[in-house]
Amino acid sequence: MSARDLFTFHNRHFRSGVGITAAILIVTAIAGFIVLPFAQPWVQFANVWDAICSAAGVPQRAANVAAPEQTRRLSEVVLTSHTLSRPSQEAIGRGATLAQRCAICHGPTGISRADSPNLAGQYAAVIYKELHDFRSGARTNAVMSPFAVNLTDQEIADLSNYYAYLPRLPAYHPTPQLPKPNIVIYGAPMRGIAPCGSCHGALDNKTGSPWLEGQSEAYMKAQLQAFASGERRNDISQQMRNIARAMTPQEIEQAAAYYASQPPDVVKAVD
Amino acid sequence: MLANRKLILAHFWLAFAVFGVALTLGAWQMFIRSPIGTWLSNPELYYRSLTAHGTVMGYVFPTLVAMAFGYAISESALEQRLVGVRWAWTGFWLIVIGSIMAVIPIALGRASVLYTFYPPLIGNVFYYLGVVLVVVGSWIWVALMSINLHVWRKAHPGAAVPLAMYANVAGSYLWAWTALGAALELLLQIIPVAAGLKATIDAGLARVFFSWTLHAIVYFWLMPTYIAYYTIVPRAIGGRVYSDSMARISFILFLVVAMPIGMHHTFGDPQVGAGFKFIHSAFTALVALPTLLTVFTICASVEIAARLRGGRGLFGWMRALPWDNPMMLALAFSFIMLGFGGAGGLINMSYQLDASIHNTQWITGHFHLIFGGAIVIMYFAIAYDLWPHLTGRELIDLRMIRTQLWLWFVGMMVTTFPWHWVGILGMPRRMAYFDFGDPAIAPQALSVTLSAIGGFILLTSGILFLVILARGMRTPQADAGPYRFALAVHQQATVPLALNTHALWVALMIALTLTNYGYPILTLALTEGTSVPAVFVGAQ
Ligand code: HEM
Ligand SMILES: [Cu+2]
Repeated sequence: MSARDLFTFHNRHFRSGVGITAAILIVTAIAGFIVLPFAQPWVQFANVWDAICSAAGVPQRAANVAAPEQTRRLSEVVLTSHTLSRPSQEAIGRGATLAQRCAICHGPTGISRADSPNLAGQYAAVIYKELHDFRSGARTNAVMSPFAVNLTDQEIADLSNYYAYLPRLPAYHPTPQLPKPNIVIYGAPMRGIAPCGSCHGALDNKTGSPWLEGQSEAYMKAQLQAFASGERRNDISQQMRNIARAMTPQEIEQAAAYYASQPPDVVKAVD
Repeated sequence: MLANRKLILAHFWLAFAVFGVALTLGAWQMFIRSPIGTWLSNPELYYRSLTAHGTVMGYVFPTLVAMAFGYAISESALEQRLVGVRWAWTGFWLIVIGSIMAVIPIALGRASVLYTFYPPLIGNVFYYLGVVLVVVGSWIWVALMSINLHVWRKAHPGAAVPLAMYANVAGSYLWAWTALGAALELLLQIIPVAAGLKATIDAGLARVFFSWTLHAIVYFWLMPTYIAYYTIVPRAIGGRVYSDSMARISFILFLVVAMPIGMHHTFGDPQVGAGFKFIHSAFTALVALPTLLTVFTICASVEIAARLRGGRGLFGWMRALPWDNPMMLALAFSFIMLGFGGAGGLINMSYQLDASIHNTQWITGHFHLIFGGAIVIMYFAIAYDLWPHLTGRELIDLRMIRTQLWLWFVGMMVTTFPWHWVGILGMPRRMAYFDFGDPAIAPQALSVTLSAIGGFILLTSGILFLVILARGMRTPQADAGPYRFALAVHQQATVPLALNTHALWVALMIALTLTNYGYPILTLALTEGTSVPAVFVGAQ
């Protein structure tokens, strides 16, 4: 007994094994690559080769189909968990100088007195992304956008590093701490809402997600509503819009009130 | 003749020990997300547990059982001392080290990526390295099975390879080839990112590699069970295998068609062409064939046993079966669960029907029924059957064994039937929490509670199983005689070359893998700009 007796068409098992396998493969290939593509009346193919390429998944640009018009700019920022992870002292110093013009709204210590977001100790990647989005127009705000349009890449990085470096101070008007509402603890799995803490700290931190403790209640509520209505859309892959849309108005209020009442020193020291 | 009992026992004990731990985690998961559990407000703990449960139940436990059984088959069916015992121990220790290496980051919450890895999610590098070590350890076993068969062939030129060994080696080859997909995913894609050498990963390509492993691994899990159907059950109940050739053809079919079908796990993935999805779907339909052949052959073999015991009538023979024999009981339970599970599998298999149960609790219900039920209950049976030969002591308490099997069967029914049901109602899988106060899912509370109760029945059965085996190490010594496998009705001295060797079928397996995976993998690998930033577990 040897391979030569087996791998030959004189061997009936070889004949039938290879024959049946090849036959099935050919029949399924013809069905999958030619018959079925043409059986879809809503797809047009130029010729058989076109159909085969499509069924094989050859990457191709659809020739004469215009890309859907983008009415608004989307965020173009690419973040990794290493973005701005090791700032230099000079970068922080340059950021401090630049930050003087932000202080009027965001406070001289990075704590706002005007329902603007607190920036002290916020993750660098978060500030970096928002400034880029304001500059590109992916996010707009009558007050903020003009400040951002003229910033250079370097300035954005410096500002982000500076604010990330500031200590996390308590909010300007601390309120008594509220208990966690259900939407924060559990999310709502049946509506596709993960617990807030699975991205915004507490459970886990996902790159680009801010921590929220001690932010202004009015600000957070407005942002959630803007995400829900689609007015704000700089969240990558609609991560936040999908969640905000599925939240009830009540849950939005509860979540905003809860986070506003938390002192920022509960934020996990992960960085 | 089982010369290396210590080696085999070590594999079995490690398998069943980790099984006990993972089973406890499973019961806890079921409980904690049911209405009777009080939620611990931290989904991360759930996913740690789920990663450990899936990794152990999917990779470590069945691999060790297949290895232990494989060594036992090699020694007893070939009547030849195991060649390469040192290597076998090396493989064992690699698995021990790999498991420890993987479990530490899981316990620390650094690798909550689930056993399917979920790129671009990236966990601690030691988790993946641990999994790789487990696979490498099992590859040593593959090589040893092949070498032992080769040595035997040299000594017995032209003789028919015993069915148990033929099937065992077929299973080992299938494993060697199918594990390669996940190994490539880990070594080429995930580990470089986890080790900090790269920051982006091609998640689509990674999913295709994983699908290479994910289907045929199921048949690797199933191999010991099918080998037991054919070569242990008929002997244990006093019958004969209806057809030796049919058995060989079934294992050959698994070898050839289990591989080129994995893309039925990527039906929802945009990076795979529809034509390839269709081919994989069509080949998936073929894989039902060896199971149907097996069900037929085993039923016929069991009928032979019944008629030899004086059973008569069209169905009356069933009463003549030795129902107090644990092996008979295990087989019957296994077949019932295989029947229900197989019916469910037909739904998963078809592109359109699958859409309605994709990623729901139906899927978890389904594979617990088939894998945890039909397959694992035969692992129990294999252990019971081999134990006296391994320990040189008798398993005395047959009633306790029957109770254990009954509990497993009933537990599996109570757990998985409601589990399927809530899946049909749309409950998603891999969720740490459900708010049963929400009117949308309040009606599912009862079903999920039933599943949780079933989980505790299973846990009880699992504990009983370990107790029986542990007590079996203490009973008085008794010589069980040589370990034998079932004979066929027509025991042939020679078998056609193709049914006595694996080369042709391995060649077809590789050829079909190339035709069905080659193009999608190549295009994905060569297309620029398909990588996305990795998301690190626990990193900001
Ligand atoms: C006490 C008995 C068991 C219970 C209650 C149980 C429960 C569970 C639960 C709740 C999940 C997670 C489902 C989800 O969140 O989507 C799960 C996953 C899983 N179980 Fe079990 N299980 C048990 C036994 C087994 C057995 C015996 C096996 C196989 C030998 C097994 C293999 C798996 C696998 C492979 C997963 C997938 C993990 C994943 O989705 O990442 N389980 N089990
Ligand atoms: Cu599959």
